[in-house]
Amino acid sequence: MLGKTANAIFWMFRYLERAENTARLLEAGFRMALTRGGDAAGEEWRSVINTLGMETTYEAKYGTYSGPEVCDFILRDKDNPECVMAMVENARSSARLARTSITAEVWEAVNEVWMTLKAALARPVREANLNEVLYSIRREATLVRGATYGSMLRNDIFHFARAGTFVERADNTARILDVKYHLLLPSLAHVGSRLDAGQWESILRALSARRAHREVIHSGKPDASGIAELLILDARLPRSLAFCWQALSGNLAALAQLHGHESQSNAMVQDAEAALSATTIDDIFDRGLHEFLVDFISGNQAIANAIAEDYRFTR
Amino acid sequence: MSKRAEANFDEMFHADGSVRPAYSEYQQWFEAQDPAELRLKDKEAEGLFRRAGITFNVYGESAAEERLIPFDMVPRIISGKEWRKLSRGIEQRVRALNAFIHDLYHRQEIVRSGRFPERLLRNNEAWLPQMVGFTPPGHVYTHIVGIDLVRTGPDEFMVLEDNARTPSGVSYMLENRETMIAMFPDLFARMNVQKVSDYPSRLARSLAACAPSATSGKPVIAVLTPGIYNSAYFEHAFLADQMGAELVEGGDLRVVEGRVQMRTTAGFKPIDVLYRRVDDEYLDPLTFNPASMLGVPGLFDVYRAGGITIANAPGTGIADDKAIYSFMPDIVEFYTGEKPLLPNVPTWRCAEPDSLAYVLDNIAELVVKEVHGSGGYGMLIGPTSSKKEIAAFAKKLKAKPENYIAQPTLALSTCPIFTKAGLAPRHVDLRPYVLVSPNGIDLTPGGLTRVALKKGSLVVNSSQGGGTKDTWVLDD
Repeated sequence: MLGKTANAIFWMFRYLERAENTARLLEAGFRMALTRGGDAAGEEWRSVINTLGMETTYEAKYGTYSGPEVCDFILRDKDNPECVMAMVENARSSARLARTSITAEVWEAVNEVWMTLKAALARPVREANLNEVLYSIRREATLVRGATYGSMLRNDIFHFARAGTFVERADNTARILDVKYHLLLPSLAHVGSRLDAGQWESILRALSARRAHREVIHSGKPDASGIAELLILDARLPRSLAFCWQALSGNLAALAQLHGHESQSNAMVQDAEAALSATTIDDIFDRGLHEFLVDFISGNQAIANAIAEDYRFTR
Repeated sequence: MSKRAEANFDEMFHADGSVRPAYSEYQQWFEAQDPAELRLKDKEAEGLFRRAGITFNVYGESAAEERLIPFDMVPRIISGKEWRKLSRGIEQRVRALNAFIHDLYHRQEIVRSGRFPERLLRNNEAWLPQMVGFTPPGHVYTHIVGIDLVRTGPDEFMVLEDNARTPSGVSYMLENRETMIAMFPDLFARMNVQKVSDYPSRLARSLAACAPSATSGKPVIAVLTPGIYNSAYFEHAFLADQMGAELVEGGDLRVVEGRVQMRTTAGFKPIDVLYRRVDDEYLDPLTFNPASMLGVPGLFDVYRAGGITIANAPGTGIADDKAIYSFMPDIVEFYTGEKPLLPNVPTWRCAEPDSLAYVLDNIAELVVKEVHGSGGYGMLIGPTSSKKEIAAFAKKLKAKPENYIAQPTLALSTCPIFTKAGLAPRHVDLRPYVLVSPNGIDLTPGGLTRVALKKGSLVVNSSQGGGTKDTWVLDD
């Protein structure tokens, strides 16, 4: 397959994953803001913008953090190149570029995400409709995932697609954790405090991990470090860092095998994954959660760069 | 206009309102349908096209602007007998076109014989001196030809235009059929319609048969597109996908070790046949337009050395110029030794003083076209133009007569379209797609029917409000 096509596939799935995660985060933030109100709600909205790394562009436009403005900025503002609509546009352009490498089902699913959101986001979203819009983003993303699993041949194209998904998801999960890392530090955890419980819940919601968390509670770890352990090291949770790198290492190993030779990116991810699975949550706290997450994000980025180089994405 | 419209040949109905045989089965089916249901289906069709992303980009509009070409759900039906006759004429014409191009770039026998004026080659932008003396692999110049046909009577098909460069629209032929099958499966169970769906595999086979001498193993085919912002990008991707070929842009290609190679995830890999959907002048910045970002530096040298097949061959545009068109009957006769089976539309070449005088005297009745124009732009339709428009056009014509040809305003045939008020006749044309390889000429039964959706309009171009129909050739 063409290097350019592999690049387009990889990014198509990165953009889709980012659009979906952005919607999840907004959904969690919206819920938090609703349950708090007043200044606290403004803080919540600020935190959503921070997690998404959009504070500079946001503050260039708005002086305060309010629900309608934050939602509009995140979902559809043309001044925000990272808004959900822009991600979906990018995903669809990439899909068009790689049209010959995806099945009609996948193409139609991506095209439908675009059509649905273009209609839903033609005008500012009213608060009453926000849940519906966010729900439709998640649903449409799920349809693309279903089409991908149900119709794509398990070849190099599929592995580039999945690699894009897991690189992006690992990055997004790590960023969410990093913004909230202080809440997860054992020393600062006021177990039982309503505020923290709400904050934890918002993280868990954003990562579709509430149900998984209930399981963890059953096994006896109802505290902040238990949540951190779940989201970082539990390879059963599809949005955990461990899961993402485990899946990514599978995809990169398959790509190396299909291309008939070892690759830089595969060597990197195998090492990184082995190191992560040998780590305990206590190791991470000893070293510093924030430091760990910063290293994780840059390590993940280095793997993405190596993939682009190994498979001649651009040259 | 209305008087002429009444005299038009309608392909579905006789003048007395009875149905012609090819349409009788369809008409029975149509009568049995609930009109409200059909109106719903009409809406459904648009949804099917949007969902599949079968759109074209419109130049000059914002990047995200993608339009659908309107689709009409009444098929255009041609009997097997009509088609057999048509296809003989088309094959003859396409054979002559290839022989003509080969001759022009070699001995120019036709010029020597006095049957074709040399002045038409001089200063012609489509003429490529780089092709002189070179014979493409398999001796094929026009791997894909679109012959635009119009009809004026039961047995009267005429060629309006030859498209020998990179004819587009075949994806609509295929998608229109898919849409019809999805909407009206019962119709296809009732009627024997010859299939068009194997066009992509026929195209792949035909292109592979033209592979260059450097090929080892199964020929590798790639479709060269200008990119996702090109108006026909959907079609480029569609054809590559259906043929199982790579879809490449100039940036993916490089000349390595005397071959044109594409950058794959596993390194550079040679291409044997390049189905290019970019114009000649953008193919190779070293040989043609040095500013082109779309092409591949060095492509032409590889081509001349037998390292790649370019389809269609560079320089074929020389055969589809509108001034050259007027010589086609002579060209067909010269190379095949037969009388043309398919006539041209009578054409006055304004470069000739007598013809110019006639055209100026009768301009209000004629269609005047620019020799290099396309897409329905730069033409005058006398009978539907105002005095002012005609005077302005006549002025342009007198200033540069060699730039124009004129044709009578034809009583183009009509075919019904589905409207809110029921069936209504509209003018149509037809573009069949012809494949050429050393194994012969391969014609897919049918083609793209374009239809002028506006009542009385003769302009079928999609850029000017035209639509398309599924075209059925019956297996009878």
